[in-house]
Amino acid sequence: MPGDVSAFDLVLSGDPGLYAIVRLSLLVSLSAVLFAALIGVPAGALLALTRFRGREAVIVVLNAMMGLPPVVVGLAIFLLLSRSGPLGSWGLLFTPQAMVIAQTVLVAPIIAALTRQTIEDLWVEYREELAAMNIGPARRVATLVWDARFSLVTALLAGFGRAAAEVGAIIVVGGNIEGFTRTMTTAIALETSKGDLPLAIGLGIVLISIVILINALAWGARRAGERYAG
Amino acid sequence: MLVEARILAGEVAILDGLSLTFSAGPPTVLIGPNGAGKTTLLRAAMGLLPLTSGRVTWGGREQAAPDRRAILFQRPAMLRRSAAGNVRYALAAAGVPRAQRAARIEELLALVGLEKFAARPARRLSGGEQQRLALARALARNPALLLLDEPAASLDPAATKAIEDIVRAVAARGVKVVMSTHDLGQAKRLAGDVVLLHRGRLLEHTPAAQFFAQPRTQEARKFIAGELLV
Repeated sequence: MPGDVSAFDLVLSGDPGLYAIVRLSLLVSLSAVLFAALIGVPAGALLALTRFRGREAVIVVLNAMMGLPPVVVGLAIFLLLSRSGPLGSWGLLFTPQAMVIAQTVLVAPIIAALTRQTIEDLWVEYREELAAMNIGPARRVATLVWDARFSLVTALLAGFGRAAAEVGAIIVVGGNIEGFTRTMTTAIALETSKGDLPLAIGLGIVLISIVILINALAWGARRAGERYAG
Repeated sequence: MLVEARILAGEVAILDGLSLTFSAGPPTVLIGPNGAGKTTLLRAAMGLLPLTSGRVTWGGREQAAPDRRAILFQRPAMLRRSAAGNVRYALAAAGVPRAQRAARIEELLALVGLEKFAARPARRLSGGEQQRLALARALARNPALLLLDEPAASLDPAATKAIEDIVRAVAARGVKVVMSTHDLGQAKRLAGDVVLLHRGRLLEHTPAAQFFAQPRTQEARKFIAGELLV
């Protein structure tokens, strides 16, 4: 296939347009994972350690939200941010910020649900020891999050995987504007529909490579940490 | 000191109107068949289980904070930290000033013979080593009363001896040790006084020598003879 050769040429030649797209994709997805972690980890830990009426229903809904359809989330954020929407005055529609918001909404439930499960399992194991050491609630949460940190990396990776792979939400709220809100996934969708397969394939290769690279880095960090702390 | 302590699980009395005073001196050993209430008694004495009725007093006061009490569970949970990190955590929880912690860690790990394993992840230690680390963690609280729940259950003879040596050393320092065991030999080796429990009731509480030479109750005679108490 001649398309393959051109795709590799594009990647290897360091095409500036391609790298701007890669940069924005990473910026949006990593920002979304960061914000989603800031929301999802404390929320998941809180849900793991508190008991209230309706808690089980919240867990079921949260677990279900791991499978939120990106396009629907995109639509909801679009309606919020559109000129006539409640947050229209922020003027964020069709900006990278809107894409970060949409992906944060997609990723936060994943991180929260996986954090909840991880922390709850560890809590079952630690409960009596911490009670015997007279550990208060705030320190208990900090201890559990810290001791679960290697497992929580997996939750963050799952979130990043979701953000890096999705196209539905960011294409709706970002608009796939060249040089401004065009990311790898939106570009692949567009170039494929236009028939520019070399660029689409090149972007696909870059995207998959980056996802593998980030997972490898996280894996290495996890292994190193476990050697030290078990 | 437990006064008329009673713990009900539904209709079943796990501890049944049990009164017991732990006085200073050599270890008090709790014996009795499975389900006799040994673990429940230790947890209640630690203040980890609410009594259905009766009370636990501590130096004459009721429900004091468990400041100078520590407990070693039968299967202690290892925090996902190094051996030294586990002890450091317990020291911090006990309010030991930061500046004193390093010296105390060294001292406690030496006491339980784990000074060479300070940097090793706690969960990579063997069963006997984990038990000794948990003992160091309990001693980090500088307890006046140390409660041990089957500290050598499922350990080989060498590991059992290591635990017993530490128990003797700790008791010789004036710490009151109260421990449960299945092992009559261990009771003979360590006990100053013996408490025989059966079905949540205290059958006998006598000096160890007297308990083994002249048991007062039928059940004690059977238990010492190795017959099954049902």
